[in-house]
Amino acid sequence: MEALFLVLGIPLVGGLVLALVGHRPYARDVNVAFSLGTFVAAVVLTIEIIADGPLFAWDKEFFIDPLNVFLVTLTAFVALTTAIFSRPYMRLEEEHGKMTPRRMRLYHSMYHFFSFTMLLALTTNNLGMLWVAMEAATLTTVLLVSVYRTPASLEAAWKYFILCGVGIAQALFGTILLYMAAHPVIGQGIEALLWTNLEAVKGQLNPTIMSLGFVFLLLGYGTKVGLVPVHNWLPDAHAEGPTPISAVLSGLLLNVALYAVIRCKVLTDGALHSRFAGDLMVGFGLVSVVAAAFFLSRQKDVKRMFAYSSIEHMGLMTFAFGMGGPIANFAGLLHMTVHSLIKSAIFFAVGHAAQKAGTQIMEEIRGLLKVSPTVGWGLMLGALAILGMPPFGVFASEFLILTTAMRDLPWATPLLLLALGVAFAAIFSRVQPMVFGDTHLKPLAHPPALVPVFVHLGLGLMLGLYIPPYLDGWYRQAARMIGG
Amino acid sequence: MDALIGQLINLFAAVMLILAFAMLSQRRIVTLIHLFTFQGLTVVGATVVVAYVTQQHHLYYSAALTLALKVALIPFLLHRLIDRLNVRWDIETMLNIPTLMLIGIVLVVFAFNLALPISKLSASIARGTLGIALACVLLSFMMMITRAKAVPQVIGFLTMENALFFAATSATYGMPMVVELGIALDVLVGIFILGVFMFQIREQFDSLDIRHLEKLKEE
Repeated sequence: MEALFLVLGIPLVGGLVLALVGHRPYARDVNVAFSLGTFVAAVVLTIEIIADGPLFAWDKEFFIDPLNVFLVTLTAFVALTTAIFSRPYMRLEEEHGKMTPRRMRLYHSMYHFFSFTMLLALTTNNLGMLWVAMEAATLTTVLLVSVYRTPASLEAAWKYFILCGVGIAQALFGTILLYMAAHPVIGQGIEALLWTNLEAVKGQLNPTIMSLGFVFLLLGYGTKVGLVPVHNWLPDAHAEGPTPISAVLSGLLLNVALYAVIRCKVLTDGALHSRFAGDLMVGFGLVSVVAAAFFLSRQKDVKRMFAYSSIEHMGLMTFAFGMGGPIANFAGLLHMTVHSLIKSAIFFAVGHAAQKAGTQIMEEIRGLLKVSPTVGWGLMLGALAILGMPPFGVFASEFLILTTAMRDLPWATPLLLLALGVAFAAIFSRVQPMVFGDTHLKPLAHPPALVPVFVHLGLGLMLGLYIPPYLDGWYRQAARMIGG
Repeated sequence: MDALIGQLINLFAAVMLILAFAMLSQRRIVTLIHLFTFQGLTVVGATVVVAYVTQQHHLYYSAALTLALKVALIPFLLHRLIDRLNVRWDIETMLNIPTLMLIGIVLVVFAFNLALPISKLSASIARGTLGIALACVLLSFMMMITRAKAVPQVIGFLTMENALFFAATSATYGMPMVVELGIALDVLVGIFILGVFMFQIREQFDSLDIRHLEKLKEE
């Protein structure tokens, strides 16, 4: 209970403190310290959950179970490594004149508020608060996307704000419908929006209202997941914002949005006794995977390309959760974890590479291995990992998803394989010359922070070879809970 | 008495719909803000009536919240914003207004059909208005799509929020208070961020025309 308080409290206090001192040179270390604090609190919370089982707090307003506790830990961990990465990265951005002290203060403060909103969305039991936190997550990042004040970044931020705002408004309508369905069963008041209460009576919720409600919820939160055709904000926001923000958007925010969809799917499944919700997710997921793979092959900007790769992988997870069943859900959760780790590692490496080259256009980034072997290897290994090469974890989860698809939805398998093939060809053929070949790049003034890259890749590798028993236990429990 | 109350709520709903159409076709920014304020007042009126009939006290609070936020504070901020940006008397050139109206009517019919099976299931006395609320959401959505300037797009966004609030009242007597406060906070923060944003856009492009913001496209 105290641990939960700290998990939410530390980033909130961190945001306030850094709003005051975020422009000072030592703010970079304060930023890491607060992120470390949040991570330690998350680990303590996790240990408590392993020991005592699911936890309620504050009149059941907060609820921790195996599904969200692993996401809380993952979120706190990636937020910590991103803070470590951003120390030298943002320092260089400041020296290159792209960041001023005022912008640094905004960046540091909003970074923690953003962590807070994500952790709030994950731990709250109240579906209304989940919505509020998701909207707040957009609000905290929108000014970070436009922090460089270039025309392109302003455009990206405007699109991000308007598209996600409209999308999330659809989710609010869905939440209203959900509340309406709960009304006759649970009655008026806050009790009728608590997920655990709804889950207990999900069989009695009105199916007509729930099915319409789920369509709105999927479209709404799906906008933030980056599902095609409501994905337009995602590549722009990833490409134009600072790289640490791209890493947390891709690695964390998309997961949290998908988590919201999954929570709603459990309720809808219980009310409908049909595959309606799952089929919708399978459809959206499949379209996202295929469309993203083809968009991906036409990109010139490296961060845009990996943003489309995120859409592809989020589509794959949506597809897996849509199929449902213990194996597909397990694979979806595993994929969520390894995608977060590896995609953020790639963004770290790409960030340093782009800083060396002074551009994000792939054709102008060449021969990273000669200038900085660690950045080069980080990028190369990250790209191989995300493309699903064994023995990395992505291979394991994609293999499970594909084999389940062969059994349950055989017609979808060739489409998935085609999309994965196109993505492989596109990304590999572009990353290869960036890493090898001749170069004109200059070394940077400060050594890059590459520990996070290799820690993430190492964890991704470990999950491909060996899943620790407690993690395996969580995945299984969470997968059973999602059902389908 | 009940019949009268029912008619009163329907009247408010009708006013909402008319205002949504008026905003869709309005080209003057300052008039748009006036219309938005009226819409806020209509929502407050409907909420107070429902609160009075059902004796749901929390609805009075949420009506007060709407009054403070959507009728007083946000219009005030918007007026200040257009003064400081010097766009008070701007007139927007838009595509064909009659066509917009026709598409709008189609949207209303669609929304009614979508809401029909749902509103039958609601216990609220205002259930008949759920279709209108959904229609208003769709109309404000269309308003956002068809506008080329930043301020009207933002007003479209806020109108959508109003319509959703109205939907919550008509479907379920409003959301729980905690959630409503959270939503209000989000809207308020959103307005401030948008304000900051518009100055940034104008500083960069010397105009608030969103058509400048169309460089990022897939080749």
